[in-house]
Amino acid sequence: MAYKNFKVETDSDGIALVTWDIPGRSMNVLDETSTSELDAIVKATTADAAVKGVVITSAKEAFCAGADLSMLEGMNQAYAKVFGEQGETAANQMLFDQSRRFSQVLRSIETSGKPWAAAINGLALGGGFEITLCCHYRVAAENPRTRLGLPEVKVGLFPGAGGTQRVPRLVPPQDAMTILLKGDPVTIEKAKALNLIHAIVPAADLVKAAKDWIKGGGKAVAPWDEKGFKLPGGPVFSKAGMMMFPAGNAIYRRETYDNYPAARAIMSCVYEGLQLPIDAALRVESRYFTSVLRSKEAAAMIRSLFLSMQELNKGARRPKDVPATKVKKVAVIGAGFMGASVGYVSARAGLDVVLIDRDQESADKGKAHAQKVIEDQIKKGRAKPTDAEALLARITPTADYAALKDVDLVIEAVFEDRKVKAETFAKAQEYLKPDVIFASNTSTLPITSLAEGFKDQGKFVGIHFFSPVEKMMLVEIIKGKNTGDVALATALDYVRQIGKTPIVVNDSRGFFANRCVGRYVAEGNEMFLEGVPPAMIENCAKMAGMPVGPLSLSDEVALDLGLKIMKATEADLGPNAINPDQKKLMVEMVEKQGRLGRKNSKGFYDYPEKGKGQKSLWPGLSALQPKQLDPDTLDIEELKQRFLVVQAVEAARTVEDHVITDPREADVGSILGFGFAPFTGGTLSYIDFMGTKKFVELCHKLEAKYGSRFTPPKLLEDMAAKGETFYGRFAPKKAAAA
Amino acid sequence: MADAYIYDHVRTPRGRGKADGALHEVTALALATVPLKALKDRNNLPEDSVDDVILGVVDPVGEAGSDIARFAALKAGLGEAVPGVQINRFCASGLDAVNFAAAQVMSGQHELVIGGGAESMSRVGIGASGGAWPMDPSMAVPAYFMPQGVSADLIATKYGFSRDDVDSYAVQSQQRAGKAWDEGRFNKSVVPVKDINGLTILAKDEHMRPSTTMQSLAQLQPSFTMMAQMGGFDGVAVQSHPEIERVNYVHHAGNSSGIVDGAGAVLLGSKEAGSKYGLKPRAKIRAFANIGSEPAMMLTGPVDVTEKLFARSGMKTSDIDLFELNEAFASVVLRYIQAFDIDNARINVNGGAIALGHPLGATGAMILGTVLDELERTNKSTALVTLCIGGGMGTATIIERV
Repeated sequence: MAYKNFKVETDSDGIALVTWDIPGRSMNVLDETSTSELDAIVKATTADAAVKGVVITSAKEAFCAGADLSMLEGMNQAYAKVFGEQGETAANQMLFDQSRRFSQVLRSIETSGKPWAAAINGLALGGGFEITLCCHYRVAAENPRTRLGLPEVKVGLFPGAGGTQRVPRLVPPQDAMTILLKGDPVTIEKAKALNLIHAIVPAADLVKAAKDWIKGGGKAVAPWDEKGFKLPGGPVFSKAGMMMFPAGNAIYRRETYDNYPAARAIMSCVYEGLQLPIDAALRVESRYFTSVLRSKEAAAMIRSLFLSMQELNKGARRPKDVPATKVKKVAVIGAGFMGASVGYVSARAGLDVVLIDRDQESADKGKAHAQKVIEDQIKKGRAKPTDAEALLARITPTADYAALKDVDLVIEAVFEDRKVKAETFAKAQEYLKPDVIFASNTSTLPITSLAEGFKDQGKFVGIHFFSPVEKMMLVEIIKGKNTGDVALATALDYVRQIGKTPIVVNDSRGFFANRCVGRYVAEGNEMFLEGVPPAMIENCAKMAGMPVGPLSLSDEVALDLGLKIMKATEADLGPNAINPDQKKLMVEMVEKQGRLGRKNSKGFYDYPEKGKGQKSLWPGLSALQPKQLDPDTLDIEELKQRFLVVQAVEAARTVEDHVITDPREADVGSILGFGFAPFTGGTLSYIDFMGTKKFVELCHKLEAKYGSRFTPPKLLEDMAAKGETFYGRFAPKKAAAA
Repeated sequence: MADAYIYDHVRTPRGRGKADGALHEVTALALATVPLKALKDRNNLPEDSVDDVILGVVDPVGEAGSDIARFAALKAGLGEAVPGVQINRFCASGLDAVNFAAAQVMSGQHELVIGGGAESMSRVGIGASGGAWPMDPSMAVPAYFMPQGVSADLIATKYGFSRDDVDSYAVQSQQRAGKAWDEGRFNKSVVPVKDINGLTILAKDEHMRPSTTMQSLAQLQPSFTMMAQMGGFDGVAVQSHPEIERVNYVHHAGNSSGIVDGAGAVLLGSKEAGSKYGLKPRAKIRAFANIGSEPAMMLTGPVDVTEKLFARSGMKTSDIDLFELNEAFASVVLRYIQAFDIDNARINVNGGAIALGHPLGATGAMILGTVLDELERTNKSTALVTLCIGGGMGTATIIERV
């Protein structure tokens, strides 16, 4: 029988070689066709007496990168349909039956009675790795780049085709939990050491090694199907189990704040499953998988962190008519902290970089930064010494603007001052090739007005990096009023070259990310002034899903910078644009107490010298609070909500203001840019999944108690009245993906 | 409703709950038998006179498993018609056994009942019975499970008790217990544990260190820091009470209850049963109550249950002459004192589990007896007995001399 995605060849020894090779794709992904065909192959090989055993491998570079998650969207639609027609129970039953089909196919491999060997030729992730786990033998081809693992938890799912059962039956519980809960893939050497795979052989011998195992009498029984099987960590209710599970549950909460149902489900699958024989265990796993699939967290995370992110990375917002550009040489003007880092990430991606500053010494300092970063990477094993040489050779520090003559893109990261910027533009312009795109990395100054200082405004664009540039994956690309398509396309192509995720926003004070995160920080200050205990402010923010508390974030950004921005906002927009009490607090902290934040080791926190313990909230804080509220009287859920709602409502305003035109960008941008509670799927998904009507009601409730910062914009009122969502009203054009 | 009277109570001495403790060689069954036999002998109870024996055991597995109460009753010679039931409400099991016994009498269904408890911690081991609460993510996570010591440290942090505060309390417990032994205040009720030849194995509480000082306690490192940090419970504590920046670890072996072996039992009955067997009532059960409290802080249940009991019985703090609150951890007692503004001279006047030890399932019955003896010694009338409980619960009983 011929298959679309697989090739099956049985040799003279009766060993069927099943080669996975989805036509027209560079990688095998698990989709419905592959599942059905694999099912058919298992049935056929099991029934065929001539087949003695089966080897499964892939014809691609990778074995399989995992499931095609867009398949889940179809499942969601089917679920909604059955729900509407037959009710919740029928819909749940349908989802349970459908979603465990793949798990059952894998179990039928395991119990086929014929030995199956996985010849792992390359990367095997998620469902792809689960296929290998149900085989009776796993051999991998030597390749330092091959990774094996179960990363599902990162997008709000978990390995629901036996992963949560087979891994802890192969490796001790602590390692199993790390693999399942962190989702970080491992090298084949690590996998071998953990007992996840049986052997590693040279690539050329891979299939032969798998066949040899079958010919040598490889047993067609999984260890857990044999009598007397013992779990590697002992029974759940044993001394070892009692050491493991209570701590596991606590660490799960400490790390996730119990915001991630998939991670919790993994814990439960392991706890319950290890007390059961494998078939019952797989059924329990399927029940949890169904329940996670029904969770809004999974839907939100898959959409934002997987599908949307992939679409944006592939240039969803790129003007299609502009031919692809490639930046070979980039100039960064201003070799300070930001500029030096932008230079580093560009050089790391293989671009030639000219690093310009007002004198050679300052420019050299920028390059020295790159050297330090790459040396750290080498120390951590993430780069080789030869990478450092090549990287540093690509960076040319200079004070001479003439070096701009052959660059394709200029990014200025000079001091945030209109005059300084204007001088830079003037100086640079004389040397530029005619079609060079000029970008500003400003974080505070509107691009449209900055562009006025540049002779061809169409070639002027904002490329806003986040600090620390080396770590932050988001780049905001700001379209000024006159920014042209070529400038936009070039900026997007450049961001793609350096491997970061771009969002395209229209011009506005604070653009998108800083507008939202500014609200977050301000809300922390509001709570402080209300008399909420500072620790409670910080902890509730983290419990809401934010990575760093607002007071801590203020310290990181620097309180004096915060005060400076506040004063500038007041000067530009008038006294009503800021809260005078917050300003008073900052003046007190900065000007009277000399507390500038992390940079002088004194802010909302006291910072001990390195290696001398943790930071602690400054005991003097309570004296700066007008009153102190009794924590037992405070509504923790409301505190958590305020943090998310105040940012989400600001994100909605950016849509109303046309700063954001595509909800995917607000969602991905909020998660990558400032860590907005990832389980919500981002600022706008937070609203969509809550329901616009319910969100608007919540805004009004908070508005009545805390003021106009919670007032929903007219757009939201309108959407609530019509029962619309952001993804419905501003549906992204999927076709744009390249 | 009939009154339930307390006719007698006895307890074993408490042996160090380790392999070198004196009671380690005594089986759980033999240990549980001691107070039952003593009650029978001291009160000349005829065979088959007791309607039921209720014993609290917190880890009822292994040799302490499968309804030890029935077999201890048989072994004590109470008669084959005397049944037994083993109950478990963690640390309050012994007091609940007394309350359940009282309830049987009050309801008029039984005339003479023994309530008590037994725990051989050195032989069975704390936590030996397992359970879903810390292990099953569907319970442990929403209930903010943490080991009790971390909860005790959380209480100290939240209510502002310093290391000095908890240590001072511990020193006082040791001094009070030492003085009580020196003055023979426990003599009436402690029955020695003897071997099969009648030779004494242990006659006196073994865990006490009356010479404990602030200086000696200062040498001890906090016990729960490492467990909390390595096991993730520090994060659980903070999330359960986010107003706390981090837990202040103040408890250690010297200001927490001791791990010991021991058993105790209380003889309760109706007025009629007393006349029938020639027993003199010493007190009656005035009221009792149970409650669930916040599971994360876990050990503040005595406050909640006392409020409930006061509300139900129409009593108030000033109506109680003596309070007996199990010294699971120093912060538990300090919080109780703080919540009701109780004079320190009216609570745990003869020391408690910090000095004497806490044989989990038995303690409730033991401390009820201790405070009854003290009421009699000082000619006072009313006492409230209460214990904090794992999982966030409280049990309390008010007794009144007659």
